Amino acid sequence: MDQEVRVPLQSDDDLLVARQVGRRISTELGFRPVDVTCVVTAISELARNILMYAGAGEIVLVPINDASGPGLMVIARDQGPGISDVQKALMDGFSTSGGLGLGLPGVRRLMDEFDIVSEVGHGTTVTVKKWVENKASR
Amino acid sequence: MAEVPILKQGDYLIAIIQSALTDADLKQLRDALAERVGRHRSRGVIIDLTALDILDSFATRVLRDTAHVVRLRGAETVVVGVQPEVAFTMVQLGLSLEGVTTALDLEEGLLYLNKKESGRWGP
Repeated sequence: MDQEVRVPLQSDDDLLVARQVGRRISTELGFRPVDVTCVVTAISELARNILMYAGAGEIVLVPINDASGPGLMVIARDQGPGISDVQKALMDGFSTSGGLGLGLPGVRRLMDEFDIVSEVGHGTTVTVKKWVENKASR
Repeated sequence: MAEVPILKQGDYLIAIIQSALTDADLKQLRDALAERVGRHRSRGVIIDLTALDILDSFATRVLRDTAHVVRLRGAETVVVGVQPEVAFTMVQLGLSLEGVTTALDLEEGLLYLNKKESGRWGP
């Protein structure tokens, strides 16, 4: 249970697997139903970015337990083209609803912590965390 | 992976999503509805999402496209059964089903279409 789970992403079907595994782990960790939905949706968006822009990659789910309590860390990693302007990709408007953009601002809102490292030509790693109870954010 | 069954009920088509869908399944549903609306001369389409645990940006876009395509084919789409957690997450994510009629559940969706239909050619 405290072990990380790795979901390789190569196709549409893998996206469903990532979502299912994410739902199972976040439910086991004790997230409220609405937060489980947030985590699973964030996983879906991140996995979709990987498939769409890098073609392949992986989602790694890591249960965490630190000063803020138990939670889940999601790492979305690819060796794709990378993002040349990370700041721009994090701006709303350069976003999901139109179908362009990466939906990263939305993912950031769904989770408690968000970090992105991207290098053009080498790939992108997005790391997000959410804690089971985060009273500060409510 | 999981083709969505489309039921014909009088002038309406009802698609009840029963499990998580791949992107391909969603697009298949969109195309099937566009075709069946013509084949059955349907006036309305209900898409029931009660069993769906999330709606991400892609699924939202395809649903919106579906409603617009169906409208261009002369029928009205009502999306029903968006669960509270799903709705909350969509708002957080900044997603909307703008331009798409929604209703609480299948029953409300049918009521809406019936009401709309009864006024269709009337005064």
